[in-house]
Amino acid sequence: MPVLAYANPERFARLARSLTPWLLGSAVGLLLAGLFLGLFLAPPDYQQGDAARIMYVHVPAAWMAMFVYGCMALASAVAFIWKHPLADVAAKASAPIGCIFTALALITGMLWGKPMWGAWWVWDARLTSVLILFFMYLGYIVLWNAIEDPARAVRAARILALVGAINIPIIKFSVDWWNTLHQGASVFRADGPSITGSMLIPLLVMAVAYNVLYAALLLIRMRAEIAERRLRSIRLGLEFEPK
Amino acid sequence: MRTFFALIRRDVTLGIRASGGAALSAAFFALIVVLAPLGLGPDMATLKSASPGLFWIAALLATLLGLERIVQPDVEDGTLDLLRLSPLPLEFVALAKIISHWLTSGLIITILAPALAPLLNLSLDAVPVLALSLLIGTPALSAIGAAAAALGASVQRGGMVLALLALPLNIPFLIFGSTAVAQAQTNTDPTQALTLLGACSLIAVVVGSIAAATSLRLNDD
Repeated sequence: MPVLAYANPERFARLARSLTPWLLGSAVGLLLAGLFLGLFLAPPDYQQGDAARIMYVHVPAAWMAMFVYGCMALASAVAFIWKHPLADVAAKASAPIGCIFTALALITGMLWGKPMWGAWWVWDARLTSVLILFFMYLGYIVLWNAIEDPARAVRAARILALVGAINIPIIKFSVDWWNTLHQGASVFRADGPSITGSMLIPLLVMAVAYNVLYAALLLIRMRAEIAERRLRSIRLGLEFEPK
Repeated sequence: MRTFFALIRRDVTLGIRASGGAALSAAFFALIVVLAPLGLGPDMATLKSASPGLFWIAALLATLLGLERIVQPDVEDGTLDLLRLSPLPLEFVALAKIISHWLTSGLIITILAPALAPLLNLSLDAVPVLALSLLIGTPALSAIGAAAAALGASVQRGGMVLALLALPLNIPFLIFGSTAVAQAQTNTDPTQALTLLGACSLIAVVVGSIAAATSLRLNDD
């Protein structure tokens, strides 16, 4: 069956239902494995000691914060161009997940910053842009909740996600220009990762675990949203039925 | 083009006469500038270093004020439907609304700011840069605000939602604008910050018009 056949909400929900337990199970397994590798097996950092281990929770969360917004914007673009309801459902379902990943990145970053930088918070470019990303997630969620008519909320949310996606690079650039203290990238570099293998592997396992977790949560939330929509239309149908 | 200018004239007139219009933005802007020393303390050196940022934060907040007025009433009383029937593309309707909002908020703030500069002990050399940065940057605040207002037009009493949508997107202008003023105050060349401010501002006016027009189309069911 071609992939597009799953664009049918009914069929999608059925597929999602059968995939969810597998995804959720492997997410939990990978998370446990990644945490074990990172917290017990990986060597402590020669400078930061054991405090560096928070990296295995923090760095993939920050990656996810951006990745989920990217998915949300992509889903919104698809919804905008092809008007496909499932894409809207995916964008809406992604927002709270991304918001939580962003919060996780911020909180673990603060916990690490206190012993390492001597402050819970510094106004550094990366911290600031992640904080702003957090507020953009909040704005998106609030807009969804603020508009009562769902058909209108869908369209407003699409525009907001896309305008946000256009603006994020500009905000990122302006904040970078403003101040930089955070260490540079050490994994995604043109000349290969500068981080040692025994630390890279747990990091990558955690990254995969987060991605699988995102997929599992996304499918659950999308199914819930599809069910809610069906419920709404059934209710509307009952109201208008002649007695 | 005649419709375009007529629309600007109408919105500016409404903005001046209606409550919550131009006078309110100006008064709000002045009030933030006056309140800042009461919170920060009267130390002149502190005020001097804080003043570029304070002026820009005041501008950001003051431009938020008139935003609900530029879209919401037109949606409610059906003016928007008539505008949509006119041959003027909706993008230009949005641009006219941005320009008229700017004329009744950003422009007034730009004129007012140099007069308030001594209150925050901004050095005299930085005053022209402050005015210039506001002149370049405030149209973008109106543009992003108009897009947010158009998005929030379906929300009852959406003022706070509007602020939450618009403020994060205004960050580049806050950064470039206040940096330019701060640089002028410390005798560094502010050209780089001003040109970046101008570039971002132009992008924002274009994206803002298109986004606002697209959001205005939401209101036909």
